[in-house]
Amino acid sequence: MILPYYIIIPLLAAFLISLIAGKKDNWAVILSVIAVSALLILSLFSFISMKEETITYSMSAWSIPYGIVLVQDALTSFILVMVSIISFTSLIFSIQYIRHLSMDWKYYSLFMLLVTGMNGVIITGDFFNLYVFMEIALFSAFALVAYGSKAEEFEAAFKYAVMGSVSSFLILAGIAVTYSATSTLTMAKVAEVLPAVDKKVIFWIGGLFIAGFGLKAAAMPFHAWLPDAHSSAPAPISSMLSGVLIKALGIYVMLRIFYNVFNAPEVFMKIFLVLGTISIIVGVFLAIGQWDMKRLLAYHSISQIGYILLGMGIATPLGILGAIFHLFNHAIFKSLLFYNAGSVEMALGTRDLRKMGNLMKLLPTTSQTSLIASLSISGIPPFNGFFSKLIIIIAALQAGLPWYAVFAIIGSLLTLASFMKVQRYGFKGETVIDSSENKIGWRMNSAMITLAVLCILTSLMVVPGIKEVTLDPVVKVIADKTEYIQLVLGGMNGN
Amino acid sequence: MIVYLLCFVLLLVGLYGVLTKRDLIKIILSIGILGYAVNLLLILFAYRKGSIYPILAKGKEVSQMVDPLPQALVLTSIVIELGTTAMLVALAIKLFEKYETFDITQIRRLKG
Amino acid sequence: MRQNDGMTLIVKTVTRISVWMILLYGIYIIFHGHLSPGGGFAGGVIIALAFLNVMLAYGRKFTSDWLNIGFLHDLESASATLFLVIGILGISIGGAFLANFITKGELFALLSAGTILPLNIIIGIKVGMSLFLVAWVLAGSKTVKGE
Repeated sequence: MILPYYIIIPLLAAFLISLIAGKKDNWAVILSVIAVSALLILSLFSFISMKEETITYSMSAWSIPYGIVLVQDALTSFILVMVSIISFTSLIFSIQYIRHLSMDWKYYSLFMLLVTGMNGVIITGDFFNLYVFMEIALFSAFALVAYGSKAEEFEAAFKYAVMGSVSSFLILAGIAVTYSATSTLTMAKVAEVLPAVDKKVIFWIGGLFIAGFGLKAAAMPFHAWLPDAHSSAPAPISSMLSGVLIKALGIYVMLRIFYNVFNAPEVFMKIFLVLGTISIIVGVFLAIGQWDMKRLLAYHSISQIGYILLGMGIATPLGILGAIFHLFNHAIFKSLLFYNAGSVEMALGTRDLRKMGNLMKLLPTTSQTSLIASLSISGIPPFNGFFSKLIIIIAALQAGLPWYAVFAIIGSLLTLASFMKVQRYGFKGETVIDSSENKIGWRMNSAMITLAVLCILTSLMVVPGIKEVTLDPVVKVIADKTEYIQLVLGGMNGN
Repeated sequence: MIVYLLCFVLLLVGLYGVLTKRDLIKIILSIGILGYAVNLLLILFAYRKGSIYPILAKGKEVSQMVDPLPQALVLTSIVIELGTTAMLVALAIKLFEKYETFDITQIRRLKG
Repeated sequence: MRQNDGMTLIVKTVTRISVWMILLYGIYIIFHGHLSPGGGFAGGVIIALAFLNVMLAYGRKFTSDWLNIGFLHDLESASATLFLVIGILGISIGGAFLANFITKGELFALLSAGTILPLNIIIGIKVGMSLFLVAWVLAGSKTVKGE
């Protein structure tokens, strides 16, 4: 059984790093690279080998009503692969980037705790366990946002920590109400009991969870912390936060709870639609006026999260397909864009687009990959962002929601406009810059190239034949809704 | 019912503090109050009239005890709250080192 | 300056006696975690408080001479690693992560409840050390204006 190792490996790495790393960071780098590549191999292997199976694992060998259960199905493996890819490239990118800030093992220890928390949230099948892992991920995220030790970073981290704690308490209150209504915390059991209890309870729980997880996912009315936190963090951490953390803690959990546990109630789907559309439009409008590159990217995260929420809200299998495909794509191109911003910041010492110029000569890899990522996020074929946005728009039209489709198209055009601005001022400007403060090493370049290649490769996932083995099992898990109960509890009885 | 309402009021007090206070330390304390309200909610959900504490000792009957699970959850959540508070205090101290004030209206280098 | 000197002679004398009692009480709480309320976390907090008492009464300089802070740090990481090692032993012997793999013993006896007792001790060390170190680091920062 490989399920507990998703948690054990990064956790062990985190504590071993703090135990054996001396003043230097050599051991920390080696250990964390080993741990993250092990996770990458493990998650890819399990994603390929188990297609539509559901594997469960009882912690401490206690069976379901008493113990904590870990569940791995297609959705879980899909998100785990996403987390592993981004954390692997982020770690490779960090090695040089963080040495430039400080030679310290603490970064790697916190990084591994962040991965632990996310993997735990993804793999658990128990509400309270989810809360605990979420807090682990959040604590390390707070500390990592403040890692650079500048005044702005502490300010952003404090804001993030306050918002994060308030949302966590709302979620805990939701869990308390769930427990009092159903007398169980296992997600599958809750889903089984919930149809029998009073309908009003679902509104209480759902409201608390939407507020809590919406804050974590930074959907529009709950977005205030995101631009500060994501733009102040070190670049690889920005890419971890924007690329995977808001999805693992926000979107994935909402997918799991509202589809698999609550059986997708109509009201909440409407809420997702509205929240998603507002996020798309307002996020992109806020982004277009920014001159700080990382801040612009952070506002785009809100807008792109809006697309995912829109796909979730449409609730047809096609809409869900668009949502999860966009989830994966956004992780890849947004992380890549943050790496680009990080390497520009390291080379020139600025994030202001007005102070950049023509970087083709100085940073060829960075500018080429940033072009690919910008085209992806704006939805230009043949890059991955085009296909996922197209699927979401088609799904909206098919479901009879033409206005939402129109808003999605407007959002996409504005995204294109704002990334033309990035390219125009940031990478292809008039003033040719030919001197840099720091050299960009091969590790940072290879991390960027890997993700740029993935930007093109992942668009293959919609090709018939590949789609059946990659995206369709994931969609099936979500679209089958409370089929989840049988899959989890049935698997338990077999053990 | 009135107990739950009071618990909800406590939660709102915490939320009010987080939203309106201008002192970093007061914000941290408000978050603490918010946490206590949620913990109290969990304990209240577990309570049954006339039951005893859920500690297994010689001569105690299990059937008379209150539900022990929420109490275990509350212990865990207290530990997490300790972590939250320590983290927030550390950040507040670092902010004080940079700005020499706890007033959030003067800590405004980030816009928006 | 005042921070390094500690408090008055009375406080120092009382602390010299009471610290060991507080430590002993913490250890008692840890060892009876599986029988009565308390356990690793509560006992660990009490142990941390004993050390903090010394820090408050005698000042930071004395405490850092008396206790090896680096060693406490290593102890903290080591106890977390040890926790995971016991968990992994559970996989290889008991069949699941953190599963019980030693004899459960007799109900209400001190040496009972399988791996809960060793795990409680480890958690006690971990919590005690980390709480003390958190307070230690925080107390070393500047909190007075214009110093």
